[in-house]
Amino acid sequence: MQPKALILTGYGINCEEETAKCFEIKGADADIIHINDLIDDSKILNDYQILAFPGGFSYGDDTGSGNALANKIRNNLSDEILSFAQKDKLIIGICNGFQIVANLGLVPATDKQYGKREAALMHNTTARYICRWIDLKNHSKKCIWTREIDLIHLPVAHGEGNFYTEEKTLKKIKEKDQIVFKYIKPNGKPANQEFPFNPNGAMEDIAAVCDESGKILGMMPHPERFSTFTNEDMWELKKEKLIREDHTIPKEGDGLKIFENAVFYFK
Amino acid sequence: MAHRIEVFTKVNDTRSAIMRKKIGSMGYSIHSAKVVEVYTINKDFQNEELKEIAKILSNPISQDYIIDSCNNDIDFDFALETGFLPGVTDNVGNTAKETIEDLLKIKFNNEESVHSSTLIFLKGEELKEEYITNIGEELTNELIQRIHVKKYERYIEDKGMDVIVPKVKLEENPKTKKINLDVPEEDLKKLSKKGIKNADGSRRGPLGLDMEQLETIKEYYKKEDRKPTDVELESLAQTWSEHCKHTIFSAKIDDNKEGLYKGYIKKATREIRNKKGSKDFCVSVFKDNSGGILFNENWVITDKAETHNSPSALDPFGGAITGIVGVNRDTIGFGKGAKPIINKYGFCVGNPDDKEPIYRDKELKNKALSPKKILEGVVEGVNAGGNTSGIPTPQGFVYFNERYKGKPLVFVGTVGFIPKEIDGEPSWEKKARKGDKIVMIGGRVGQDGIHGATFSSEALTAGSPATAVQIGDPITQKKFSDAVVKEARDMDLYNSITDNGAGGLSCSVSETARESGGLIIELDKVPTKYPNLDPWEIWISESQERMTLAVPPEKLQKFIDLMEKRSVEATVIGKFTDSGRCIVQYKDKTVMDLDLDFLHEGLPQKELKTIYPKTKHPEPDIKKPEDLTKILHEMIERHNLCSYEFISSQYDHEVQGGSVLKPLQGKGKVNATASITKPFMDSKKGIVCSQGINPAYSDIDTYHMAACAIDTAIRNIIQVGGDLEHTAIMDNFCWCSSDEPERLGQLKSAAKACYDFAVAYETPFISGKDSMFNDFKGFDKKGRRIKISIPPTLLVSSLSVINDVTKSVSLDPKFFGDLIYVLGETKNELGASEYFAYLGEKSGKKAIGNSVPKVNAEKALKLYKKVSEAIDKRLIASALSPIQGGLGITLVKKAIAGQFGMEIDLSKMPKSDDLNREDYLLFSESQSRFVVTVDPKKKDKFENLFQNLPFAQIGKITDNQDFIIKGFNDSKVVKANIIQLGKSYRKTFKDF
Repeated sequence: MQPKALILTGYGINCEEETAKCFEIKGADADIIHINDLIDDSKILNDYQILAFPGGFSYGDDTGSGNALANKIRNNLSDEILSFAQKDKLIIGICNGFQIVANLGLVPATDKQYGKREAALMHNTTARYICRWIDLKNHSKKCIWTREIDLIHLPVAHGEGNFYTEEKTLKKIKEKDQIVFKYIKPNGKPANQEFPFNPNGAMEDIAAVCDESGKILGMMPHPERFSTFTNEDMWELKKEKLIREDHTIPKEGDGLKIFENAVFYFK
Repeated sequence: MAHRIEVFTKVNDTRSAIMRKKIGSMGYSIHSAKVVEVYTINKDFQNEELKEIAKILSNPISQDYIIDSCNNDIDFDFALETGFLPGVTDNVGNTAKETIEDLLKIKFNNEESVHSSTLIFLKGEELKEEYITNIGEELTNELIQRIHVKKYERYIEDKGMDVIVPKVKLEENPKTKKINLDVPEEDLKKLSKKGIKNADGSRRGPLGLDMEQLETIKEYYKKEDRKPTDVELESLAQTWSEHCKHTIFSAKIDDNKEGLYKGYIKKATREIRNKKGSKDFCVSVFKDNSGGILFNENWVITDKAETHNSPSALDPFGGAITGIVGVNRDTIGFGKGAKPIINKYGFCVGNPDDKEPIYRDKELKNKALSPKKILEGVVEGVNAGGNTSGIPTPQGFVYFNERYKGKPLVFVGTVGFIPKEIDGEPSWEKKARKGDKIVMIGGRVGQDGIHGATFSSEALTAGSPATAVQIGDPITQKKFSDAVVKEARDMDLYNSITDNGAGGLSCSVSETARESGGLIIELDKVPTKYPNLDPWEIWISESQERMTLAVPPEKLQKFIDLMEKRSVEATVIGKFTDSGRCIVQYKDKTVMDLDLDFLHEGLPQKELKTIYPKTKHPEPDIKKPEDLTKILHEMIERHNLCSYEFISSQYDHEVQGGSVLKPLQGKGKVNATASITKPFMDSKKGIVCSQGINPAYSDIDTYHMAACAIDTAIRNIIQVGGDLEHTAIMDNFCWCSSDEPERLGQLKSAAKACYDFAVAYETPFISGKDSMFNDFKGFDKKGRRIKISIPPTLLVSSLSVINDVTKSVSLDPKFFGDLIYVLGETKNELGASEYFAYLGEKSGKKAIGNSVPKVNAEKALKLYKKVSEAIDKRLIASALSPIQGGLGITLVKKAIAGQFGMEIDLSKMPKSDDLNREDYLLFSESQSRFVVTVDPKKKDKFENLFQNLPFAQIGKITDNQDFIIKGFNDSKVVKANIIQLGKSYRKTFKDF
């Protein structure tokens, strides 16, 4: 079947259009829905198989990134979202969306405690917003969203991406294969907290985690910003190499794989 | 009773660590700093409710909180609290209020509120209360923030800090008064300079009207047989201000009756459009909030650049954030509403190492902010405004000159995107009709920003009003921007839209009213931030994040409902008429009733006389230095030549997913001068942006300064693959002392160059803006009177397209073995160059010279066409056009970007005969040149294209780290290492 994806927007979310476009390119039917419209008519959630919390600056990061919008959802849509999370459906939170799903307790949701906050995305250790391309390694076998991805190069752009959780939670998510992406150096070695490879100081270089089922993913990097070959930071060098070797220039960017995986899950 | 919730971070407390470092760098010995977020809730709640509130305002994983109590666990000597003054926008407080309302399903009434503040617990040896006060002053801006210090003992005794609710309290019963203009000239002058007198004898701040304008107003009221109200006089002052009506650019100047704007800028565009005929790509020029050109057959791109100089001098953060968010509204206010897709910036500031204080007042109490603090503030302001709004910022520059010390220039620009047609009509056309409702959306009105327009038209002095400072609230704007551009526009719910910028409602609504022919407005309907604003204040306040629309009555309900669903405040405040009058009412009383034509067209045209005596500077008499390697290192460390990655990387340039050519390029991440953005995922067509600026050349000749700025903005477009035949430009003049004939002479000369070179390149101006009085009048530390005028500055912004972005070219060399070419001739043009400035600083004697770079557009055009052809044929692997610092710096930047070595032979360089020094050849700032690298396999094809043009292969890319330059007689004059050069390139701002 062709899955339907609901892309949430409103209150300063700002990556909804490119996120929707990536789902569409990979064959999903994507609708951008304002959170207030969803609160007014929450039944429409039933029509969707995929729910995306795009990146942005919901409520300007006031009272903590993702906190105010998560509060709004908790105050008005708590049951509906928790029920969606426990069905055979997919959820992704990207950047500010990761901050929101973490605050909603959709990831890591150890022992299926959906709704309980267990992770925080804190201020970068530089205390400054950073926009740059970074390298990631996929550690999770169970995460649906990242199947067939080993290494990937993606941009990050955030001021609060410093992943933190308590030791006991960290232990659990390791055991249950819930750590998805870790920041690495361009040579493939662990970033080991070293700036700028680990751009925010995240614990154990964690850039993305999923829930126990592997169906809910929260990630700081932006796959929707690498939809086209010409998005990458070093694409000009790659292009020149391809031309000199008489190859054609590809169209798509690696970030689309994540959206393709989601669509493929329902096919 | 108000309550206090304090939120403590218990793990990974980055902000505390950074705060300790920051205070340390101010020179205070601090052991620890603990930063705590404070919410003061000005509404009564039960304990259980407060606990629930504290829970949602904090993160249980990383934070703790306390309610209405003091903290006994923290070891400290002093507690320092910083918060906002009454009336200053408090975004965090507002969000907290909204969250609490949503949590408890209650509403705060008008008297109730939430306020945020920051508490810092400090521990250190020998800390004194006065140090802490100093630290507090360093961390804040007294115009918008308060500080409160308590010693440990006092904190314990008081059981914590005090509960402070910053509420605005204004005198009740707002009034309108009549002003008598039949007074002696002295009194009229005072009225203009200091403003209308309040009941208590104080003055409201400058009207900024000159005698001729005041006489014209007097005449008008004689005919009307009455006295003007304060609302009317303030309104005229705003509308007729230099800021709004550009009186200098419109004035008759010497023999030119049309003036600079019509006679040069607009004329160039008209002639180019006529000449281009069917190839004309302009759709809307000069008449709207932005200019618009075609992107393709279905879409239009808009562009606008603004300055926010005066507010940024007083509060750099607030000035810059309201600047960028304000120019975004010039995009939303284009035609039926364009979507902002690219932000641009440009900061001209003083030397950040300059610590010599300057003051606004003779008593030396009112210190101007240091260049470093201004730089940090403006950088952060555009960060907060652009990032929060979700608009990428791939394009910008920073430029330093000691004469920007008193008045920085903050350029902000936004490119927008809009379908060519909306509901079958051209999207750039709008017309308010008789009977349409005037609807204001977005933020509320307060005292902030009163007299912004008249104030920015005056030089900065001690009397500059603090109300000109605002903070900005990007999310309020983002909400209505989305609601308008992504929904209401395409539902065709309104007939016209415009921004409430300078002059507030008084300028924007009365401007839109010209479309229908009149208006009637009820000021008491305008939502305000606090009660009891006077009518004139509501009318001219420049409170941010607001727009006004003309909504036909039959669509009103639908429009209001949509806004409500998007949590955007929308209020009907009046209606458009065809009465020919601008009628303003307050509580059913008419407080303004002016002829609309008089308001907009009544101001007398100024007549200006100019002179332009050229200054002859001594030719620098400096021996050729021995060690060019060392010089290259010292040059690349200069503020105007080094890396400003710290700015580029804190601005999101990837959001919206269309980034192609980025602000930092190559493995070595070198700052680029042009950017490309691709608006559609499934099309190869891209938008190209660049900028050109050369203020130093004004010291020799403003004509050539302007010519070089235009050439720079254009060739930067060419170097990446932009289409010259589809390139538009914009002018932003920032001048000084524009009441002096000499300065006006310089201005006229620059404007003439704008005409000459825009026409020569056939690149039309589509929009522009000017700011005429960028002077600082104050005192040095000994109380001596000083005046610091900026160097006459022109920013030229260029906007172009590229049909296939995969053909675009970045600046970094790609492979070793590639050939390095210089295209274009290098001449003995070091006048006012970075190199002369460097030599002058070294020798302690100012070196300017007279050989300013000149542009030969005819020759340049021939070269540009061939460069474009070479790029289209994929013959060029990397390209960078020299700007400040010349070839030497361009070569170094390319080597750092590609992380390759280079071997260069200066004897091969195409140059004029009078250029005989190797250092001059390396650092001449001749225009219209490129440095490119080429695949050796494409050598013949490439060289064939450039036959009969000045070009030469000057070296090649090597597979090592050596940067080698051979001089005229085959000896190595530079032997450097690219890793070391990279370190020098990044050294200057590494701690920023």
